[in-house]
Amino acid sequence: MTAAAAPAASPATTGEQPGVRLARSRRNAELSLLLLALVIVAAYGATVEATVLGTVTPDFWVPTAVLAGVFLALHVVIRFLAPFADPALLPAVALLNGIGVGFLRRLDLARAAPADRETLAIFAGNGGRQFAWTLASVVLAAGLLALMRDHRSISRYAYTLGLAGIVLVMIPAVLPAKYSEIYGAKLWIRVGGFSIQPGEFAKLALLVFFAYYLVRKREVLSLASHRFLGIDFPRGRDLGPVLAVWVLSVLVLVFEKDLGTSLLYFGMFVVTLYIATERVSWLLIGLILFFGGAYLAYVLGDVVGGPFANFHLRAQIWLDPFADPYQDGYQLVQGLLALGSGGLFGAGPGGGEPLEIPEVQNDFIFAGIGEEIGLFGLSALLVIYLLIVERGLRAALAVRDSFGKLLAGGLAFTLGLQVFVIVGGISKLIPLTGQTTPFLSAGGSSLMANWLLIAVLLRVSDAARRPVTSGGGPAARAGGGPPEQLHGAPTEVIRP
Amino acid sequence: MNAPLRRVGVVAMVLFGLLFANLNWIQAYKADEYRNSDYNGRVQVAEYERKRGNIEAGGTALATSKETSGKLKFLRTYPGGEKYAHVLGYKPVNLGDTGIERVENDFLAGTSDALIANRIKDMFTGDETGGGNVLLTLSKRAQDAAYNGLADNQVGAKKGAAIAFDPRTGAVQALVSMPSFDPNPLASHDTDEATAAYNRLEQAEGGPLKNRALSEVLPPGSTFKIVVAAAALENGIGKNTQIPAGPSYTPPTSGTPIRNAVPSICPESEVTLIDAVTESCNTGFAQLGVKLGAETVKEKARQFGFEQDDLTVGQLGEDGLPVAASRTGAMQGPDGSTDPAALAQSSIGQRDVKMTPLQGALIAGAVANGGSQMRPYLVRQLLAPDRTTSYYTAKPRELRQPVSGQVASDLRDMMVSVVENGTGRNAKFNGYTVGGKTGTAQSGPQTPDHGWFIGFALDSKGTPVSAVCVVLEEAGSGGSAEAARIAGKIMQAAAADSGGR
Repeated sequence: MTAAAAPAASPATTGEQPGVRLARSRRNAELSLLLLALVIVAAYGATVEATVLGTVTPDFWVPTAVLAGVFLALHVVIRFLAPFADPALLPAVALLNGIGVGFLRRLDLARAAPADRETLAIFAGNGGRQFAWTLASVVLAAGLLALMRDHRSISRYAYTLGLAGIVLVMIPAVLPAKYSEIYGAKLWIRVGGFSIQPGEFAKLALLVFFAYYLVRKREVLSLASHRFLGIDFPRGRDLGPVLAVWVLSVLVLVFEKDLGTSLLYFGMFVVTLYIATERVSWLLIGLILFFGGAYLAYVLGDVVGGPFANFHLRAQIWLDPFADPYQDGYQLVQGLLALGSGGLFGAGPGGGEPLEIPEVQNDFIFAGIGEEIGLFGLSALLVIYLLIVERGLRAALAVRDSFGKLLAGGLAFTLGLQVFVIVGGISKLIPLTGQTTPFLSAGGSSLMANWLLIAVLLRVSDAARRPVTSGGGPAARAGGGPPEQLHGAPTEVIRP
Repeated sequence: MNAPLRRVGVVAMVLFGLLFANLNWIQAYKADEYRNSDYNGRVQVAEYERKRGNIEAGGTALATSKETSGKLKFLRTYPGGEKYAHVLGYKPVNLGDTGIERVENDFLAGTSDALIANRIKDMFTGDETGGGNVLLTLSKRAQDAAYNGLADNQVGAKKGAAIAFDPRTGAVQALVSMPSFDPNPLASHDTDEATAAYNRLEQAEGGPLKNRALSEVLPPGSTFKIVVAAAALENGIGKNTQIPAGPSYTPPTSGTPIRNAVPSICPESEVTLIDAVTESCNTGFAQLGVKLGAETVKEKARQFGFEQDDLTVGQLGEDGLPVAASRTGAMQGPDGSTDPAALAQSSIGQRDVKMTPLQGALIAGAVANGGSQMRPYLVRQLLAPDRTTSYYTAKPRELRQPVSGQVASDLRDMMVSVVENGTGRNAKFNGYTVGGKTGTAQSGPQTPDHGWFIGFALDSKGTPVSAVCVVLEEAGSGGSAEAARIAGKIMQAAAADSGGR
């Protein structure tokens, strides 16, 4: 922030508490935005049918109506349980989720024999499963909002969640490959025809633990340090547990052969550490560690192979995907060709050839959608993701307690980082690592975990925007509230 | 903690900015490159989305597209199977295309400039009218006669070729290469199946994928005597002039004597030129060639079309099926001077003389057409997708004039004599005057001889209706007589069909 902006920010920060401006719940704004999102989803579905089937079936509105029912129900829940929550979050996520379901149904249509297309059941295939997952996820998100009336309450379970996170991460690594491996990555728990990706939930659990632990230790981490080579290092015994969590996660992930998730955890960890300590040195250490580590993994993959071979191969594909366009580079090449074929305006919903891309419903859904909605459409999707991230960070800025700040900031940034990792991967900006695209990719674990993430952001933003005078709210409670809030204010004043 | 949170917000914006910039790079700057990439299956899907036009001959579709329910909408099929394979070629999904399918690809696919009006009309009407139709010159009956004649040849030859065309126009009436292949599996949408079929054909005995009628060069044997006779006629020798012959001739500088096929051929010391042709007298032509000189023989061959390496047969003035160059060879010793032994052997179509079946037909055609050699072509007409507009109609053109009308007339008499009185009697059929020349060429020290026949048919008014060349590779004894018989059948079919096309 510039020095000029800071004085303006300071009164706003203090003004948030009596909050004439923020006293409005903005729930009606949320409702109108949600309806707008649903109209877009319905129009998308109709366009897909018109293009793929040549006609819009009389039932085209049914999927949107089902989604509308689900999302409007959540809207009502928010009205009662989190009336001051950020009004942009739900509509933005609903739009992404709706487009995702619509695109998965579009893939089902493309996979079906032409004769069966018009009669293809709405709740069949990947699209139908995604419907069910959306319903379950939204119910779960509403449940979390109901159970967690104050976000600080989960800090009580921080150690439990931290342990749970580690266990969740470790399960697939420990399980035999038969129960955990899909396409070379051991990230799943597979029982029968059912598979979950525990890492998606571990992400949330670990972040709660990081946030809680760093809030407790932020004083010692930022003050009780010794300087070495001009950089302040915290004492080992303060940092030990956090580093241990991180090293363990990364080790396990190397054995699970998925460095994308590892990168995500690392970014999450470094950013929460930075937010907690306000020390740029942590970012520098983090970046050097990360790029050094990535380069080391690349070299080790070439020389030693083993668990690093996968990363080495991915890096080589990234450097020149067209070197082996039919084998190793096939997926990335097809993704790039899909994006390029889409061009500026895209082939129109339903007009592309997404099935040219292997695994288009998972990692490469952004490329598949990109072919049909073009650069303009993808830019809009990116803006929606960025909106969610920035609204989450805004909630973190406005909330009065450190735990809430770290939690919301960490979650929002993690979501943004995940989008960056996967979209950057499929568009050859960075080496491709398997990640789901939040709210778009097929898969229940990812959808559920990300909806829970949104529920937490809604809860924190509710706390942030709720007027202190409204009474009974979490901010008015004795204990953590006022001291945290006082504590937050000086950082703003001193900083410039 | 707000300051770092704000910075994190900025970092998020920078990350998304990078994504946005990179998407611009891929979807705007590199879009065209990716859209038209060889690895992009969409190019193909779009191509198969439009119904490819027919290739037809005599009102029958020889290549047509059928709608399927697959990802690639239209499947290319060849109802004629093996019979037309070397003319049509094939249009596979994943392999290189060949034949008329390749030459006329733009028109058949509907992407040629000529069809732009159609595409614009489609844009407004919303119809998808498909590609244009290519009408071939082939005569169904002549093609049947050629295909069946080669396939059922009485000497057991496994390889061979036949080509016939109208000497007045150059329109190809029949073109068959044996062994042939079925193009349908190659056009399969299952690319693994197509690749397997291709690999099988590529390794198959006899090289079925090769178009022997246009691209196989073989020693022409005695058929080459027509070229030498033409040179003689232009150098003061009449068709009734006595030329030296004999049972055997040993060229200067060479120990190996040249003999006749059987001792009963021209044992006398002198025969007339017409008799030498009729009986196919080797000793007479070897001496004639040596007397005329290498340059005269080579020049005459060149005037008939030897050494041309850029001839194509397809649409006149446009691309077509490539034709290999026929060669006379150097006929020289190591020091660069003419080697009489080589010249003598070359004059009877051996040594380094090599000719395509098409070249053989072109020689016969020029003789039949009064000395004017017409350029051969396969594409008669290009019809719009809706079959109402014609975008091209072949206008025959002369390729070259190898001999004068008088020389052509003398050669015609000699070749008719071959069929009437000599080695080519099998080619005769009722109602037409048939002329020709047989050839038996040594293929190698251990392999049987090739049997050749080049010839023509004239109707009762003396108008040429067909010129033909048939070759049966490694056919052995009786090969040229069998080739003559097949050639007669082809010309008979072409003559019967000439009104109906």
